[in-house]
Amino acid sequence: MAIEFRKKPGIVAYLTAGDPDLATTRDIALAAIDNGADVIELGVPFSDPLADGPVIQRASERAVARGTTLTDVLGLAKELRAARPAAGLVLFSYLNPAMRMGMKTFCARAAETGADGVLLTDMIVEEAGEYLEAMHAHRLAPVFLAAPTSPDARLKAIVGASQGFVYAISRVGITGTQQKVAGDASELVTRLRKFTKLPIAVGFGISNADHVKAVGEFADAAVIGSALVALIEKSAPADAAAAIGQFIAGLRA
Amino acid sequence: MSASAVIAGRFGAYGGRYVPETLMAALEELEAAYAEAKDDPAFQAELSDLLHNYCGRPTPLYFAKRLTEQLGGAKIYLKREDLLHTGAHKINNALGQGLLARRMGKQRIIAETGAGQHGVATATVCALLGMECVIYMGDVDMRRQELNVYRMRLLGAEVRGVSAGSATLKDAISEAMRDWVTNVRTTYYILGSALGAHPYPTMVRDFHRVISREAKAQMLEQEGKLPTAIVACVGGGSNAIGAFYEFIPDANVQLIGVEAGGRGPKLGDHAARFQKVGGGVPGVLQGTYSYVLQDDAGQISLTHSVSAGLDYASVGPEHAMLHDSGRASYVSCSDDAALKATVTLSRTEGILPALESAHAVAEAIRLAPTMAKTDLLMVNLSGRGDKDMGILAKELDLKGA
Repeated sequence: MAIEFRKKPGIVAYLTAGDPDLATTRDIALAAIDNGADVIELGVPFSDPLADGPVIQRASERAVARGTTLTDVLGLAKELRAARPAAGLVLFSYLNPAMRMGMKTFCARAAETGADGVLLTDMIVEEAGEYLEAMHAHRLAPVFLAAPTSPDARLKAIVGASQGFVYAISRVGITGTQQKVAGDASELVTRLRKFTKLPIAVGFGISNADHVKAVGEFADAAVIGSALVALIEKSAPADAAAAIGQFIAGLRA
Repeated sequence: MSASAVIAGRFGAYGGRYVPETLMAALEELEAAYAEAKDDPAFQAELSDLLHNYCGRPTPLYFAKRLTEQLGGAKIYLKREDLLHTGAHKINNALGQGLLARRMGKQRIIAETGAGQHGVATATVCALLGMECVIYMGDVDMRRQELNVYRMRLLGAEVRGVSAGSATLKDAISEAMRDWVTNVRTTYYILGSALGAHPYPTMVRDFHRVISREAKAQMLEQEGKLPTAIVACVGGGSNAIGAFYEFIPDANVQLIGVEAGGRGPKLGDHAARFQKVGGGVPGVLQGTYSYVLQDDAGQISLTHSVSAGLDYASVGPEHAMLHDSGRASYVSCSDDAALKATVTLSRTEGILPALESAHAVAEAIRLAPTMAKTDLLMVNLSGRGDKDMGILAKELDLKGA
């Protein structure tokens, strides 16, 4: 149980936990893993997801309205780990729910689930002292975001603090699908490469097999988020896992 | 947070920077540009000139004689920010940041607004400086502050309604931040309160310090001594920090912030972040670490206030520090008390306060009779109430045509 990208390009699948409900998210995640996702990013729904576009905003709103909590998502992570010991598993959250639990408690409980790592959307490296201490104490991999706007000095700090992989944001903006992979992405990955040997996953706007192929030419993995969440939104809950499995299987076709 | 010692923009434990990485370069650029502008006499001279000749500073410190007599206690003084161009203190900051944006070569301006006063101030500054202007405003706030929506559009701004979440100030800020993340290379975000990631809380406070700088000199001139207490309403906290700041070293001057007590003390019915039971706990919302109204799982709570400008789940980080240290105290005032205070001030002094400012007036009305006649109570009258006529007509059952 470590974060590894066995096939190239690797696939990281983001899911908003609790949309449409926790049991369905579990089935969807298992289907994603069984059809080729190397890493599941299990998203903790938040009331105010300011880095997200409309698709993930709506999913978060639905999951929060159902009462999905960080504790519920940790429970789900534990189930996923038990069911698929070899899959990569990263908890993905805005800062406030983790802070409300207490950063130390959150990291301890995340480690207990068997998750490999954590990504906190609104945590920057300069503010991460206490968080990193707790992550290291529990041998969890902190994953940080790198942006096309980040100057080299920031990229250096970001890769220095990251483990598992580095998440390269493909373009300026919020999450959501787009027509083609932005030119910003390969330039950012090239700049990151100067500072790290960690795998680099490219996300934001990666939504089909063509995008995944394009990303594979310059990075180690592609993160698919809004495209999956949108597919779940339009599928009946009973069909969502099969739809996601089929979609993921087609991404490396 | 263990990084507090090395990070700029901390107010005790509070403040900091908690944003998506994409914004970090822009915040660093802004921090550097502001530090430079702040020390540039030419920048300060242009700002002072416009504050004087365009906005109408200094604003009067007015002795409210009839209100004082009616209450029979402390002498009440009103710092008349309501007389500023555009009708509220917000123009102090919008103008400062507008000039900074121009200096940074940014031609596209975005802002959020709650009551619409910051939106109007920003639209005004954009018209003055010839810049493109997009204002985000919650749908609920657009309805209850419709006059300000008309004003912004007349001034040439594009007003974009926000329907997400509670469709109020918090959601407008989130949407403005999404725009900024997307257009960060060309766009300047004029944040309207002493909130958000560093350097905003410091910068916004600096642009409003002029309130307490003037008030201190005016009070000394008129009364020969400092006020006993200063009362200001606190939404994000920009008018309050501006009214408090120069008095912080004067330990004998009581600083009192008034939050929105709304319909009652239950979570969801108010915006009283510092309330002991059913209030906020420290957390991160929209870039800064401060008191946040939230549930046990860390989801941000809905809030309620009759005044759109106070209807927000978090509060500026400097207020969180002043609260914890005890240097300032924070109380709340109900919707009903604010409405009553609006009528009282209108009929005793002929001054119609904004519903936000009426919260401070209500606290002064409560407090003054408990004080000695030699005491001086200063109220920061942060805005005027013309914008609220729709709500007031309904709430007070006023007769029209």
